[in-house]
Amino acid sequence: MAYNCVVLIKQVPDTKRITGDVMNDDGTVKRSALPAIFNPEDLNALELALQIKEKFGGHITVITMGLPAASAVLRDSLFRGADEAILLTDRRCAASDTLATSYILSCAVKRIDYDIVLCGRQAIDGDTAQVGPQLAEKLGVTQITYVEELTDLDGKTITARRNIGNGWQQVKATLPVLLTVVGEANEPRVAAAKKMMKYKNACTPFEVQQRIKAENSDAVEAEIKELVANRCSKLEESGSLIKQLDLDDVEADLNWCGQSGSPTKVHRIQSVVLAAKGSKQIEPSKEAISDMIHELIDDKIIA
Amino acid sequence: MIDVNREGEVWVFAEQHNGQLEDTSIELMSKARHLADTLGVKLAAVVLGDGVKDLATRLAHCGADKVYVAEHPLLEAYQTNSYAKVMYDLIHKHEPQIVLYGATIAGRDLAPRIASASKSGLTADCTDLQIGDHTTVKDKKVHKNLLFQIRPAFGGNIVATIINHDRWPQMATVREGVMMMPEPDGSRKGEIIEEKVQLAQHDLPLEILQEHKRAKKVDLKAARIIVAGGAGVGSKDNFRLVWDLANCLGGAPAATRAAVDLGFIDHDHQVGQTGTTVRPSLYIAVGVSGAIQHQAGMSQSQKIVAINNDPDAPIFSFAHYKILGDLNEVVPMMIKSIREKS
Repeated sequence: MAYNCVVLIKQVPDTKRITGDVMNDDGTVKRSALPAIFNPEDLNALELALQIKEKFGGHITVITMGLPAASAVLRDSLFRGADEAILLTDRRCAASDTLATSYILSCAVKRIDYDIVLCGRQAIDGDTAQVGPQLAEKLGVTQITYVEELTDLDGKTITARRNIGNGWQQVKATLPVLLTVVGEANEPRVAAAKKMMKYKNACTPFEVQQRIKAENSDAVEAEIKELVANRCSKLEESGSLIKQLDLDDVEADLNWCGQSGSPTKVHRIQSVVLAAKGSKQIEPSKEAISDMIHELIDDKIIA
Repeated sequence: MIDVNREGEVWVFAEQHNGQLEDTSIELMSKARHLADTLGVKLAAVVLGDGVKDLATRLAHCGADKVYVAEHPLLEAYQTNSYAKVMYDLIHKHEPQIVLYGATIAGRDLAPRIASASKSGLTADCTDLQIGDHTTVKDKKVHKNLLFQIRPAFGGNIVATIINHDRWPQMATVREGVMMMPEPDGSRKGEIIEEKVQLAQHDLPLEILQEHKRAKKVDLKAARIIVAGGAGVGSKDNFRLVWDLANCLGGAPAATRAAVDLGFIDHDHQVGQTGTTVRPSLYIAVGVSGAIQHQAGMSQSQKIVAINNDPDAPIFSFAHYKILGDLNEVVPMMIKSIREKS
């Protein structure tokens, strides 16, 4: 039996590469100065979906909510083996916290026929691990968090192994389910050359429009519109059109989106500056080290 | 979601497994006690399970004015749905203004499910909580005595203070090991309130087939002295230096993520954002650069000694004793000096 999988992915700034150069004076981070990458654990979620598809058959839809530029991670997903890609983009999504994000994603996922929803455990820009469980609640499906291994799928039920920190737990649940996948689950495959050829032109209607405008700088609006429509339908025929949806398309209630849908607000942001009070330079000599040990004993730091 | 309610209690979800309270829940009690006192409201612990009433006494000793006990055979083992349902019902019945959870495996699984159902805010992995005022930008309205939910963000490079002024309860998960354990007071008494629980088998969509828990190889949280090695130690063989120094001090050996990833030592020994958060009396960092993710797990150590051959290593900006030199020479000197003195 085949399974329809929906994989939720996120394009994130590579927070591991933060240096002083990308910090603003007020302690905030210049997101634009950091390379945008495929959130690492979302790659593990996609890999697990690909393994399910290889073993049992089915269809993989990848969805991301983000800026138009997030189409890059969708293209990457197509290169790795996803069947369909959806970009959920809308200015009104801005300032969404995890609750609003999970609501918006639920509106998009509900329109798809799915058996299994997969997410990475958490994204490296926020590390909250909240969107997965919140989305499961909004969809009304069972959540299995911290999945490190898919043990079995038998048509109606799924058996999976959860990483519970100091051990593991094997659980079974009836489909549909939402899984959050940890980095230990697998080694994500790289893009396949064949798929890269196939999807080399894959893009969103927004990108089509930008290209057409650049190519036909003197065309009037009506002409551009027609050219865009033509190009998009051609791409759609070849399966290379990345679907683009806004909040109206997914019939989201705007009260639950963006700022108004987000109960949590930022009160203050500070940069991390640690400094020791009364720090001492110790020479790497026998005598100096012996003095330091002595001081630590006197201070009752060492018993 | 519940209405903003200034008389609401401060709640701690007292997580237990097999009748054992999680350390993080106990750690939370001292901070929650402080928050409740600042607000002038009661502190309540909420414990779910089967046959867990006895835990109420310990929770009272640790600062709870009230303990809500929800017992049911179907609550014996933790499951997202059953626990979320019972917590949701209790929150809507008693309308606490603050609900805190440990950022444990179960806490991070449970809290978002409850937050989504109650359409309230939730901040993950807080490292500090305070009470303070917030002025909304749009209408310049001052919201007094809100819960400041303080957490590292962006890979630990910034610290964000999050508030939730209109859709309550204000909820947060709190990272393990960052709050001080309270000193239990055996004379403290709390009011025990038994709550009726309505659960059916369909509230438990998971079947737990098997569970395997292993004891951690090292209890870093309990260690008074920690000797941590970083990638600078160079090899697994050379990591022996870290073990030797820890042994002669009666301390615990630890490591940075980089050292763990290089296979120098087991993950159980990892300190930092993705490892354990520690606050020992003495933290000796051997060949540790002091990346922000590592700092997050050890910056609250009472005294920090850093040994590194790179004068620009970030660790030197916050270590108390800075030794610029070759760890292969410095560590043996330290061991010798300690042995001579004791």
